[in-house]
Amino acid sequence: MTPLYDISHLSKRFRVGSRFSRQGLRVVQAVDNVTLQVMQGETLGLVGESGCGKSTLGRCLSRLYDISDGKLVFDGTDISTLTPRAMRPLRQKIQMVFQDPYASLNPRRRVQDLIAEPLRIHLSLPATEIATRVAQLLDQVGLSPDHAQRYPHEFSGGQRQRIGIARAIALEPKLVILDEPVSALDVSVQAQIVNLLADLQDRLNLTYVFVAHDLSVVRQVSTRIAVMYLGSIVELGQADDIFTKPAHPYTQALISAVPNAHNATTTRKRIVLTGDVPSPIAPPDGCRFHPRCPIAQDRCRTERPLLLPHDTRKVACHFPLE
Amino acid sequence: MTYAILQRLAQMAFVMLGISLLVFLIFFGTPGVDPAARIAGRNASPEVLQAVRVSFGFDQPFYVQYLTMMKKIFVTGDLTSFVNRGWKVVPAVLNTIPVTLSLVMGAAVLWVVFSLIIGVLAAAYRDTWIDKLLMIIGLIGISMPVYWLGEVMNLITQSRFHDTWLFSWVPPLGYKNLTDDPKGWFLTLIIPWFTLSILYIGLYGRILRASITEALQEDYIRTARAKGLSETRILLKHALRTSLISFVTLFGLDFGALVGGSALLTEVVFGLQGVGKLTYDALQNLDLPVIMTTVLYASFFVVMANAVVDMIYILLDPRVRTS
Amino acid sequence: MILSVRDLRVAFRTERGLVQVLDGVSFDVAEGEVLGIVGESGSGKTMTVLAVMGLITDPNAVITGSILYKGRELVGLPSREMRKLRGREIAMIFQDPMTALTPVYTIGWQIAEQILTHQKVTKSQAWTRAVALLEEVGIPRPDEAVHRYPHQLSGGMRQRAVIAMALTCNPALLVADEPTTALDVTVQAQILDLLRTLRQTHGSSIIFITHDLGVMADVADRIMVMYAGRIVESASRDALFAQPRHPYTTALLNSIPPLEGPRPHRLQSIAGAPPSLLALPPGCAFGPRCPLHQPQCDAAKPPLIGTPHAAACILVPQ
Repeated sequence: MTPLYDISHLSKRFRVGSRFSRQGLRVVQAVDNVTLQVMQGETLGLVGESGCGKSTLGRCLSRLYDISDGKLVFDGTDISTLTPRAMRPLRQKIQMVFQDPYASLNPRRRVQDLIAEPLRIHLSLPATEIATRVAQLLDQVGLSPDHAQRYPHEFSGGQRQRIGIARAIALEPKLVILDEPVSALDVSVQAQIVNLLADLQDRLNLTYVFVAHDLSVVRQVSTRIAVMYLGSIVELGQADDIFTKPAHPYTQALISAVPNAHNATTTRKRIVLTGDVPSPIAPPDGCRFHPRCPIAQDRCRTERPLLLPHDTRKVACHFPLE
Repeated sequence: MTYAILQRLAQMAFVMLGISLLVFLIFFGTPGVDPAARIAGRNASPEVLQAVRVSFGFDQPFYVQYLTMMKKIFVTGDLTSFVNRGWKVVPAVLNTIPVTLSLVMGAAVLWVVFSLIIGVLAAAYRDTWIDKLLMIIGLIGISMPVYWLGEVMNLITQSRFHDTWLFSWVPPLGYKNLTDDPKGWFLTLIIPWFTLSILYIGLYGRILRASITEALQEDYIRTARAKGLSETRILLKHALRTSLISFVTLFGLDFGALVGGSALLTEVVFGLQGVGKLTYDALQNLDLPVIMTTVLYASFFVVMANAVVDMIYILLDPRVRTS
Repeated sequence: MILSVRDLRVAFRTERGLVQVLDGVSFDVAEGEVLGIVGESGSGKTMTVLAVMGLITDPNAVITGSILYKGRELVGLPSREMRKLRGREIAMIFQDPMTALTPVYTIGWQIAEQILTHQKVTKSQAWTRAVALLEEVGIPRPDEAVHRYPHQLSGGMRQRAVIAMALTCNPALLVADEPTTALDVTVQAQILDLLRTLRQTHGSSIIFITHDLGVMADVADRIMVMYAGRIVESASRDALFAQPRHPYTTALLNSIPPLEGPRPHRLQSIAGAPPSLLALPPGCAFGPRCPLHQPQCDAAKPPLIGTPHAAACILVPQ
């Protein structure tokens, strides 16, 4: 099976500061040599803590950011270095949904216009067809047709996220990159959006890359999960495998740190990591996780582990957990 | 921190160089115009034109012309005006500096003190009648044109009520040297100080009130309240302290501009021979050497003031220090 | 009881009329207890603790009811008196450590400021105490950290500094408003651990606010669930998670994706969104979203009934 999206050795560097500041020009390696395939119809979850590069990776995949190194092959086309103009026809195929639906919707435009915008830009449809399509999209995301004439501020957070989703699926994309799509929502509303995304995936045969920090949500939606730490993937595998038997010590600590509402009465063994995530400007040598790792050895301090196959998954650790 | 300051000073020198080049280009490098004819002024004789040409090196390459001009202004100081025959420009400009500095610095003290009082009081009593009254007073201050206010002040203190006990102390218009006659210096400047500062008191008072009120909405103010601090302490130590950052920025810009000649109207109304007045007269006569010098001088003060502001910034805001 | 709140009501006068943000809230906090308040945005959980702290400064707020702290009435207490309690007897930890500290002062200065406000000590004694507190909350090299400005610390370290500041006067009651929401999970685990330890060493009672039921399960002894300005359920932690009584609590628990076991194909979601306080439905505020909704639910606001496990729902058998 050929992947829908083949990402090899992707890196993204940002320059911070200036040549003239005291620290000089510094380089942040936000995404560091990531190789990954996204399969048709799956949901690939990207998890990790702030600064791990999951959002940057998501934005590189949608070519919202230019990439520094590596190769992106989407649906058989190499899009690594396409100019924005050449990228335009492919934009229809890769769409994004952002965390804060309010910030990503123009407050002065009606929902009708917001959803119709991508239709007007990419397909030159007659006005009546656009109106029909907008009504159909609103229905698909669970809003009523009379919502079309309202402005974004008249909606609740969950409804706004539905509008954002309607915009994203308007052009029948193949891939939707969801960047923390439910993080800003109330708990009772999160589940609605998670279900909506699952329904749309079934109905429209969508492929998702789901970026989130909430592990329980990622577990719920993902077919496969990539765990990121300081710009690199440390573990990649089937969602169930990763949660039942994490192989990387970081994955294990991350999962054990999530407070569990469904298992309140039994006390679980928790691994509390010491310290903070190091700065991506000056990452540690060797395995980037070694300063916080409970089982680090000498080898981990000097030699950087590669992401290699380990039973059913891939893991970047010299001493994967059994 | 020292590094940041040194860096700022280097930047300042660079900006000054840029400005002097630009000004020089505008005045003397405009194609198709004979710069000698401009310097010599209207109706100059051919001999004078020739003398100007030699003296400013206009028969030589452009960079020599620029360097000659800079040398005349900064090193030898012998730039002469051809409009007022033989008048040395640099000493003339230097003579006006104490006048303008006296005027602007005194006014600046007044406007900082009073706008702080108004801004803090209005913020402390926000949305009460005290706040509203202070803001209306501020608005009146902003809306009064300085030349009109100056003339009214002159009318009251120099003629109408000059002979009453209220204003009999006011000396006639003009400037007295601080070193020769400190009391006279002070008395002649009181009325101009107030006239010049009223606009800024109103403006700064209103801006400060707005920025303190905004700061009071911040999370750290809630933390300060939760710590059990008194409202006065919260206002002065936390809200005002963080609001001063924008206050200082504005102050630097306005102060620099005023010292650089923007106090012209006040100077004219009160008969003070300051930088603004000098520039104004030079413009009237198209006296290019004088204009060139005053513009350079003005830009120097604006850049200086900004550099000083940036340094105060470094002291006020630790976030600037490290990034 | 260290804190006794009875029939607390907070309303705001607005252009569109009186908005009732807290509607008859009553609860107690026992000595050494961790009371969790859980709810979504607009449920009134933060407003409840702001009222306890006397931090509702809006002149348009109308506060009625009773808040007894160690037998002393706080509603209507002169602000001078309230100030003496705040920071000394009752301290607070806020949600976002990034914005909770004044950016222009060092951590040490801000902690010393609080000590000097409430205790008769010298400046150097206050600074020494600040260093000791930073050490206690697990900040490495505390003697250097006191001289750091907030922006020079990571989020987790800043939250530790805020906690150190709250502990300066050994408060009897500590109010924590979503103290871990802005932090990463591994750092959240550290902070929750720290709060547990400090609870042992300082013996403070804690009111812990969060929207995250998982965090609640981790820290609280007793839990209060709030919805649209009212308490809808109140029970011990074990009872609440084992046998939730109010349909809202049940639905909230069901809508959280499980971390273990089989994944459901669809999550059980709650229809609609939390109601606007400007247009509350008649009767039970959860009525329109409730899967068990009956006509009689719209008749009157259901009272909170039952001890020790109380629920505000007419469908719950008493």
